[in-house]
Amino acid sequence: MTPFTSGRGLSESRRAFLKTGGALVVSFAVEPPAGVAAAAPSAPPKTVATDQVDAFLAIDARGLVTVYSGKVDLGTGVQIAMAQIAAEELSVPLERVTVIQGDTMLTPDQGVTFGSLSIQNGGMQIRQAAATAREALLWQVAVDQGVAKETLTVKDGVIVPRSGGRSWSYAQLVGGRNFQLKLDARAPLKDPKDYTIVGTPVARPDIPDKVSGRFTYMQDFKINGMVHARVIRPRAMKAALLAWNDVEARKIPGYLGIVYKGNFLAVLARREWAAIKASRAVATTWSDWQGLPDKTKLWEYVRSVKINKDEDLQKVGNSAEAMKAPRARIVSASYDFAIHTHGSIGPSCAVAQYKDGKLTVWSASQATHLLRKQLSNMLDLRPEDVRCIYIEGSGCYGRNGHEDAAADAALLAKETGLPVRVQWMREDEHGWDPKGPPSLYDLRAAIDDKGGVTAWESEVLIPDRPKEIAVPLLAAELAGLLREDAHPGNIQQSLAIPYTFPNIRATAHWLAETPFRPSWIRTPGRMQNTFANESFVDELAAAVGADPLEFRLRHLNDPRGAELLQRLARLSGWKPRSAPPRQSGDVMKGRGLSYVRYELARTYVGAVADVEVDRRTGKVRVSQFYVAHDCGQIINPDGLRNQIEGNVVQTTSRTLIEDLHFDRSRVTSLDWETYPILKFPDVPEVVIDLIDRPTEKPWGAGEPTSAVVPSAIANAIFDATGARLRSVPFVPAKVLAALEKA
Amino acid sequence: MKLIAFNLNGKPASISADDPQMPLLYALRDDLGLHGPRFGCGLGQCGACTVHVDGQAVRSCSVPVSAVAGRKIVTLEGLGTPGRPHPLQRAFIAEQAVQCGYCINGMIMQAAAFLQTTRNPTEEEIRAALAENLCRCGTHVRIVRAVKRAAETMARERRP
Repeated sequence: MTPFTSGRGLSESRRAFLKTGGALVVSFAVEPPAGVAAAAPSAPPKTVATDQVDAFLAIDARGLVTVYSGKVDLGTGVQIAMAQIAAEELSVPLERVTVIQGDTMLTPDQGVTFGSLSIQNGGMQIRQAAATAREALLWQVAVDQGVAKETLTVKDGVIVPRSGGRSWSYAQLVGGRNFQLKLDARAPLKDPKDYTIVGTPVARPDIPDKVSGRFTYMQDFKINGMVHARVIRPRAMKAALLAWNDVEARKIPGYLGIVYKGNFLAVLARREWAAIKASRAVATTWSDWQGLPDKTKLWEYVRSVKINKDEDLQKVGNSAEAMKAPRARIVSASYDFAIHTHGSIGPSCAVAQYKDGKLTVWSASQATHLLRKQLSNMLDLRPEDVRCIYIEGSGCYGRNGHEDAAADAALLAKETGLPVRVQWMREDEHGWDPKGPPSLYDLRAAIDDKGGVTAWESEVLIPDRPKEIAVPLLAAELAGLLREDAHPGNIQQSLAIPYTFPNIRATAHWLAETPFRPSWIRTPGRMQNTFANESFVDELAAAVGADPLEFRLRHLNDPRGAELLQRLARLSGWKPRSAPPRQSGDVMKGRGLSYVRYELARTYVGAVADVEVDRRTGKVRVSQFYVAHDCGQIINPDGLRNQIEGNVVQTTSRTLIEDLHFDRSRVTSLDWETYPILKFPDVPEVVIDLIDRPTEKPWGAGEPTSAVVPSAIANAIFDATGARLRSVPFVPAKVLAALEKA
Repeated sequence: MKLIAFNLNGKPASISADDPQMPLLYALRDDLGLHGPRFGCGLGQCGACTVHVDGQAVRSCSVPVSAVAGRKIVTLEGLGTPGRPHPLQRAFIAEQAVQCGYCINGMIMQAAAFLQTTRNPTEEEIRAALAENLCRCGTHVRIVRAVKRAAETMARERRP
């Protein structure tokens, strides 16, 4: 067959070049697929309206329950938690519950899977839907039988009179029919003292398949007739495509052709290896672009960026006045936090099919409903003609490249009419996924002559929120198509502090630009903000010669937070300390403490880090982390521990070694050598105290733990060495420089 | 087209490759339909693609398929089955040592080769053995526990 070329968007002069390069538009030599293999359910029309019980739940004639969850399991174990919540509230055995996730045709839009809100928000909607359904069925039987509802109860999916006698199963009562019920926000919830499923460490159902190679990740998913694509990325982030030539690629067996649109350029091949080789064989010429800041002067750059607006996030009393008090001692410090990448172990992948005017996209997106909007906009399709189906991929910790891979595949499928799989390469993921933006802080406090903190002021420089700073789909940006951008939010959260200083002002300066597409990357903003806050609290405690734990307790008017800190002290065997002890020897040991009430509104976490600092090499090793955690009602304690451990380890990695490198044109951290992450020998042990409060609301878990990790490590380094590390990551060069100054 | 034959998970297998330099990983995943070995970096840096070739843990993303002609390859699928799981697979389930699980193929395959030669490893030895296998979810603590558990199980099962 003859390779094809499909493209638009290049000027005539470029077209002339392309003709000399031998590329002409040729018809496709590939048959459209006969049908989709396994995973395209031809489901009946089903409501996804979030005020309808049917959006969330179905019970079939065998009494099997299907939960439709808009929140998806990104490897965090929320799938089993959702099943536990539904099974408990319906009083059915857990093994009868199946969870379908993130399918825009089947699951309600419960918002993006971010912010540790899956259980807190998504799970509670499912709980309320289940309670509404159960109550309605109890009423139905009560009315039919002319008995009081209170005389009935549910056991294993069967409604039975408390006194015994005839029973009615959910299967009989519902049996595959719709509930046609509005979600009742007041439907009474099951009393937690009767729980038998929620609160228990049920094993995850996906693990046996994952440890035996039988799990189908997004990266494994195939449909009939599927071809493989690789996108050829610009040499510089905003460079324009000037010319390309695929003469060499045409020699590769199975090469199908090239698709270009503006600066979007992709090769297609029948087989994956051929697509990879073709992507390397195509010669390209790009315009020069050097719009990135000088990495060695990143913080000067951040300080130079235009500020769109200032916003007070917390204002108590009058801090400016207090700072001017005659005998006030002013303590100040600046902190910065490097640019980070998600570093998913599996690069992003997606499959798309465009057929009869309808687009289906299989993606590991954390936001299939949002993705549908973005894709329909980009490809000028009606949203109802776009279906996005979630398939679990490699873990993503926020908005990585999954959505962009989906857009690549969608664009290619629509352009060619072929079912297309796009698998990003390692350099695509490291180089092009959105990044955690650089964050910079200035903190000041006033201390009176009795050692009391009279004022606290914090200022942060962070990229602006909607609509100034946006995260477009890469394909839309490169191809110059219509964009429906996404906007990372809430990165100002947790700058406000939980302490009772008499005068407080926390201010965000919203910046007009940031070097890379800013992302929701695990604990966005809250991690950086808490790093600055809790490091500075530690500096204040040291400034007044107080024990860091006692200092926090002194300024905390929150019994639940105080209880958590007391439990943390017991867990870690905390001994009061007011100044770093002088240590001889090459390896200095210390411990540091940190505390957060996440967003000042939900989960409490306290952590103690034990570190060893080698004064010869500047290497920091975190040997142990102690975490006390209160997220209210715990759904699955083992899943929760798994998340806490993961957040500690990942954030230890981010804190100690992670720093995205780039030149003026592009990211240069393109693999694991240039963007190393923590390896086994350097991973801390994690000791956890879970505070379960079954009668309280379940709040989010995961992110809140990450928030306290960087400051706990920084404070431990101070305890070990007397040196303050105020710039993440704490790489040896920075540690040695700080030791020099201490 | 070149026919390349080898033993895969105890059975004869072959592929016809137009490029003998194609990494083994693509032969296993695309030609032979396996899901165990995973594409992570293509650079031999992360370990997600690890398989055994003649009992050695190797990075299938960095070995040309032609280099395994006539050799014995074992993947995660062949290490054990759901009915007869390998002690490591049982241990990973018992410890729930998975988050997203994308790296777990490499963790188990690397650990299986390691436990062949080191029968009663210390925690430090386990950490060293897995040092070049990357996990991003932070499942390390559980993975170490699972390998330790598997080593103990294997020691027990070896006893008469």
